[in-house]
Parts: sequence; C-alpha cells; structure tokens
Amino acid sequence: MNMNLTLKIWRQKNASDKGKMVDYKVSDISPDMSFLEMLDVLNEQLINKDEEPVAFDHDCREGICGMCSLYINGEAHGPDRGVTTCQLHMRMFKDGDTITIEPFRATAFPVIKDLIVDRTSFDRIQQAGGFISVNTSGNTIDANTIPVNKHDADTAFDSATCIGCGACVASCKNSSAMLFVGAKVSQFALLPQGQVEATDRVLNMVKQMDEEGFGNCTNTGACEVECPKGISLENIARMNREYLAASLKG
Amino acid sequence: MALDSKIPKGPIKDKWTDYKNHIDLVNPANKRNIDVIIVGTGLAGGSAAATLAELGYNVKAFCFQDSPRRAHSIAAQGGINAAKNYQGDGDSTYRLFYDTVKGGDYRSREANVYRLAEVSANIIDQCVAQGVPFAREYGGLLDNRSFGGVLVSRTFYAAGQTGQQLLLGAYSAMNRQIGRGKIKMYNRHEMLDVVKVDGKARGIITRNLITGEIERHSAHAVVLGTGGYGNVFFLSTNAMGSNVTAAWKAHKRGAYFANPCYTQIHPTCIPVSGDHQSKLTLMSESLRNDGRIWVPKHMKDVEAIKSGSLKPRELAEEDRDYYLERRYPAFGNLVPRDVASRAAKERCDAGFGVNATGEAVFLDFASAIERYGKETAHVKGLNENDAALVKKLGQEVIKNKYGNLFQMYEKIVDQDPYNTPMMIYPAVHYTMGGVWVDYNLMTTVPGLYCIGEANFSDHGANRLGASALMQGLADGYFVLPYTIGDYLSDDIRTGAIPTDSKEFEDAENEVRKTLDFFVTNKGQHSVDYFHKKLGKIMWNKVGMSRNVKGLTEAISEIKELRAQFWKEVKVPGTNEEYNEELAKAGRVADFLELGELFAKDALNREESCGGHFREDAVELDGEQKGEAKRDDENFAYVSAWEYKGEPSDAVLHKENLEFKDIELKQRSYK
Repeated sequence: MNMNLTLKIWRQKNASDKGKMVDYKVSDISPDMSFLEMLDVLNEQLINKDEEPVAFDHDCREGICGMCSLYINGEAHGPDRGVTTCQLHMRMFKDGDTITIEPFRATAFPVIKDLIVDRTSFDRIQQAGGFISVNTSGNTIDANTIPVNKHDADTAFDSATCIGCGACVASCKNSSAMLFVGAKVSQFALLPQGQVEATDRVLNMVKQMDEEGFGNCTNTGACEVECPKGISLENIARMNREYLAASLKG
Repeated sequence: MALDSKIPKGPIKDKWTDYKNHIDLVNPANKRNIDVIIVGTGLAGGSAAATLAELGYNVKAFCFQDSPRRAHSIAAQGGINAAKNYQGDGDSTYRLFYDTVKGGDYRSREANVYRLAEVSANIIDQCVAQGVPFAREYGGLLDNRSFGGVLVSRTFYAAGQTGQQLLLGAYSAMNRQIGRGKIKMYNRHEMLDVVKVDGKARGIITRNLITGEIERHSAHAVVLGTGGYGNVFFLSTNAMGSNVTAAWKAHKRGAYFANPCYTQIHPTCIPVSGDHQSKLTLMSESLRNDGRIWVPKHMKDVEAIKSGSLKPRELAEEDRDYYLERRYPAFGNLVPRDVASRAAKERCDAGFGVNATGEAVFLDFASAIERYGKETAHVKGLNENDAALVKKLGQEVIKNKYGNLFQMYEKIVDQDPYNTPMMIYPAVHYTMGGVWVDYNLMTTVPGLYCIGEANFSDHGANRLGASALMQGLADGYFVLPYTIGDYLSDDIRTGAIPTDSKEFEDAENEVRKTLDFFVTNKGQHSVDYFHKKLGKIMWNKVGMSRNVKGLTEAISEIKELRAQFWKEVKVPGTNEEYNEELAKAGRVADFLELGELFAKDALNREESCGGHFREDAVELDGEQKGEAKRDDENFAYVSAWEYKGEPSDAVLHKENLEFKDIELKQRSYK
C-alpha cells in the first residue's frame, strides 16, 4: 500500500548558515521506492512549487560509490542493516510515519549545504599513507610470484570493501574515524605487498586522522553496527597492534 | 579532414613494441615544465593521472564527485580479463585479441585491440603489486572465472566488487601523487568546455559545484576519461551523475564522435518496477556461470505464474524453455550480452515475460545449488540423497560466490533468490561508441586525448564482459603515458599556457551565458521531466531493436523535445551556489543533442552488428535464421561524425576497418 509521510529535514543554505529543521509532506509513496527516490519525489514537488529542492549527495544508487549519506531517524543510512541510504527501501517505513533526516554530523565533516557534508578529510588521510609506493610502469613481478594465503587475502578483501561513506564517524559519539582508517591499514597489513611501508603507513595515517579533528575510539562499537559494508571492529584492533609495533620501532 | 588512424606499420604482434622504440621522449627535467589536465578519475582517468604524475608531469585532475574514489568504475562487478593463461586452458594474447574482435562483431580496430590484449597481463601484475586483493585459490595463487563469449577462464575478480578494488588501487596510486604535490586534485568540479588555442587543446573551463565559481585551467594537453553516455536513456545502470557533457563539448570543439549507436544493453538487470524508478541495477554477468535462464514453454503457465497461482520452482522441467541453451548449444547461458539481451526480448515480445509488466525472464540457480550441494556432500562424506541437506550446502557455495549480488537483489525486489529464481531483463549498461581517437588515443583535436569508455576504439559494436576494466586501466597505465609523451615532446619550450587569452575569455563567456539562461528562464518543467521523455524515446525507438520508421520518428521527436527544453525548462536557485538542478540542466541539454546524433547514426548503419540490431537486417534462412546480419561489404567502417551545428547537419567521415589478422565471418555462438 502506498504511504503518506511527514519528513523533518535539515535545511542549511551554505556552510556559514545556521540551519534548521523544516517539515514537509509527501504522499503516495510506493514501498518499492528507494529512500532517495522518495526524496526525488519531494524535490520534484518543491521545484514545481518554485521552492528550492533539498540538496543531498548520491551517485551510483547501488550501494557501492559511498557518495550517499544521511542520518535517518537517528541512524546513519537509516533503520535497515548492511545497506547504504540508496539501498534503503520505503517498505521499511509505514503509512503515517514521521521521518527525521539530517546530515552526517562531525567536526571533520562540515556541512556544505542541507544534507551534504564535506568528507575530503577522508581523502587526506588516504593521501598520508593509504597506498603502496610502487610505480605504475608495469615493470613489476608476475602476479603469481608471491602466493598469498587465501584466508589472509579474503580478510584483506573484507577490509578493502570499505566505501568511505563516513557512517562510522557519524555513528560514533566521539566522531572517531578509527574503523575507516583501520580498514585501510588492515588491508595492507594482511598482504605481503604492504609490509615494506607498514611502519610509516600507520603512523602517517593516524597522525593525519588526529589533525583532521576526528575523535578517539572508546570501543562502543556503534561504527560496526551501522557500517553498510560490515567492516568489523577487528580492523581497529589490528590497527592498534600495527600502531604499537610501529611506535616501538620509532 | 581525412581520418588518419596512425596505425604503425609492420606485423600486428610487433606494432606496439616498434612504436614504443621509435617515439620521441621528454626528458625528466623537461616533464616538470609540462602540465596535463585529466578530466574524470575512474579507472582510465585515475590510472592516467597517477602514471603521468609518476613520470614527472604536472597533473591537474578533475571529477564532479566529492572524491576521485566515487567514479562509476567503482560499480563494476564481475571481473577483469587478462591473457595470463594461469589455468592452462589454451589462452594467449592472440586468443584474447581474437575473442574481443569477434565479440565486438568485427567493428573494432585490430591494432588497438591487439595492443590491449598484449598489455592485459601486465595490469594484473600491477594491481597485485598495488595491494588489490583479488580472489585466490587455497594454494595462494590467483583464481579465475569465465565470462560470456569466450571458451577459456581468464577473468580475474574480487567477489562481485572487482571494479571497486581496481578503482581503489588507482585511487591509492593517485593519493600517493597528490601527497607528493604532483597531482592537484579538483573534486566537485565539472568541465563545461575545452579551450583551443592555435588549433590545439590548451585548457578547460570548469564550474566549482559548491561555490558556482567558473574557473579557467590551462595545460599543454587535455585528457578526457569521462565515461559513457548510457544515461541518454534516463534509465540505465550508470550512476546518476554519469553524463556525456565533457565528451560532447569536445565534439563541439572539433572532436569527431564515433559510432554513437553502439550501446550495450546488458541482459541481466533487475526489471523496471514503476515510474518512480531513478536507475536500474545490474546483476553481474558472472551469475550466468551458474544461473540458467528460462521462461515457461506454455502460455497457460505464464499466466499462472503472473497471477501467483503457480510458483516458478513448481513448474516441471519439461515445461520450461531454457531458450539460450536451446538456441545456442555451444555457448548456452554464456553467449555474449547482445545475443542474450535480444533473445530475452524475443521471448518477452512473444508474450512469455514472467512478471506483471511482461518484461522479465527467470535466472535460476536451482540446478547449481543442487550440483554444488551434492559435490560438497560427497567431499564431506554426507548423504547425497538428503535433498534438504544438499540444498543447504549448495546455497552456502552460491552465497560465497555471489553473496553481495543476492543481497542487493533481495533488498530491491524483496524476494529471496536462493529460494525462487531471480527475475531479470535487459537494461542499458555501457556505450561502445564515443569520441573518435587514433592509435595514440588522440582525438581529431591536437592535444586532446580520450581514454576508457569515453572513446570508441576497442570494443567494436559489442563489448565482452570483463573487458571494460581491462581497457580503462590499459589506456591509463600503459598506453597513454607513452603516446602523450610523443606529442608533448614538441612542448618542452612552450612554457606555461596563459589563461588570459581571448580564447579562454570567449569560452568562459559562452559557459556563463548558458548558465545564466538556465537560472533566469523560469519555465514550467523540471530538468527530469525532459530527461525522462528523452529516455522513453530512446528506449522505445533507438533501443534493443531498431527500424527505419522508429528511427526517423525518434529524430524528429528529439528535435522537438530539444526545442521545448530550451523554451520551458525550469531551474531553481542561482549560479553562485551548490545547485544540482543547474548541473543536471547542462547535462540533459547535451544528451538532447547526442540523442539525435545517436538515432541518425543508427539510421545510417543499415546492418545489424553487435548491440546495434536493425529489424531489416536479419538472416532469412539456414542455420542462422533470425540472427543479426552484418554487411561487411558496405559497413565495415567506423562512423565518425563531425559537428556542424545541429545534429542533423553532422557530417559523416568513414574510417575503413581492415582485418588482416582475423578472418571476417559470421559471428556464431551456436
């Protein structure tokens, strides 16, 4: 059955505007719509009434690019588990519901407009060390020269599936980015190719993370629960071990 | 201007090596004085940016997303081909070359495809060195799977997220160079024009999507890696932001646009469910390794399934029509995409579609679940005749292979594909056509290059699965870095290109004029209103099956729609702020021109080849009756269109395709 809903949405003209919650109504929402398609309906409505549409980030709409965000009813990517907002479907809601929609909130994610935040702090952390320094000339060794234990390769892959959406930060009471950073550190820590620069990598990435204003990890675990890709807390533990080892090496 | 593809002389297997041995190089000190602009940061643009920066050039990279990691290459699922022959199943550079040319229905350029096959193996070495976590076997070596249109296992993969892992590899290589200051990254910037000075591409005009600021950027060469134009259909598997604007602006500045009508309609996508739909979701071709495609044999069963009185799994084997296995026994469910899509359409047009709209067929994993379940039971010494146990074990195997895809399906459709077959239907996925480039990947504008999906060169009229990732990375890591050096060697004394010239000013003014028009027009209809209308025309008349009447109508309907758009489009907000509707308006304006050229190209090509199927060009008898009929005598050429104002005035230039190393013949998968 199609639904009528009340939306409470954060509106903020730009970074320097104070911002406020505004109420909207949408009607005849199909349960088969994705959450973002429901917002498309609202925006079409607003444009037709000569009002400004709600700005939100989105691109692939299949849960992989990490562009969409949104804090829905107090949860990053909304009430469903293991999905991004673009994969959240309206069948998770019922007729007459009121839905609160806010941007991801964190000091290191300043609001650009409405529901859009600036996550370039994530890029800067990756630039500080999230790579293996091998030139792309193609003059490397044959891919099968170094066998990699399947379990390690699969675990590295699991870490590498992080989409960099920032749900972990938005869900954390300390706005910590440890899950995001831990995932990248773990991916390389688990692979032989990542060993050479392991020490510098973890030290540089953590340093950048701190400089960006992300908070500390206090093991609440909200990040793991809300992560759309199921990145586990193991990644944080592994990063801590890597960090300790690197600090001792100095 | 006559088209010169600049294919090096000599035997095909020596062309690339000889070429590299004889080009001009730029010495490391001089590279520091040369600037290169790269637009787009997907597999092609990202890998090119990283490599050129490593070589020492000053790179400026641009993407419209909030980070280079979001480019739509990230959504590629199934895998990447490489002629490694790790499986020892007879693969070789030649075989990959042959499969790709045949798969492209003999409409690609031999020399380019051979080079692609030649560098493919290197891509895997490179990515492993970068820390890309490909799937491995228990012995620790890399695993492979099969894709459509080939008889070997040469596809490397990382579960259903291969594109993500490869893109994050290129992104990490970029990050290293951004950290070193060799790449200056411009996120949330959209390219709105190419600037030519003295006939050469020397810069671009961009709009900062956050502030609305219009910026001039200069360089000694400009590279477009801006992806495909599938969103001309409104509904496609592309990301919402994927667009043709950069390529189209290049076209308007003199770059010929090649084979716009070659579009890949991917056979296995989740069917359209309603008018609210904003995009379509792909179910990876890798699923056809284990899934069998069928519809009921009898109309009464179709009706019963539609009404819900019969569950698909209850229908007896003998009452099912596994139409791909029936029509193409040699390749079965793994025929190429164009063939599989047309076969699905044929069955649905005949009334055998299995969902409410009549546009869906089943992709069923029951046989695979049973086969894997029995195998596992046997290995573990359990009872192979315990049906429930076998099913459970089989489902676990399938989950390991395709878990993320099954989850995606379940979230969207709200059905459990382990227990009922998936419903799928073809959807627009990839565009083989694009900006014309020569062997050097340079367009018809000197100094303007085009790489990856945005160019036209390697996939002919149909792309084989797992070849897009291969081409993007081959272009960016291994081809462009050589070819662009040959061109830039003339620029070592040029010095920085000033941005205060008349050419930059004129281009900027033109961009501003269009943006001002949009925000002051105050029409009646939103941008999406027009985009959806364009999409309907394209899908109905320029889609999977084309005829003269439909194409002629499409051309005039698109022209009318374009005129209406420029009168009645409504864009809220202003220029000087984040304004998504304004960005969309510019993109749809370009789609409205491309769409017409697309239909014109399809009308011109009076043959069926690959993804381009003309109802008036089919085999009338013999074993191949009803199959697509190519016309090599009259159409073995690339259609390269020159911009002359209206799309209807575009002038056709032909690049004749010569096949010296592969015999031209009917593409049979029977």
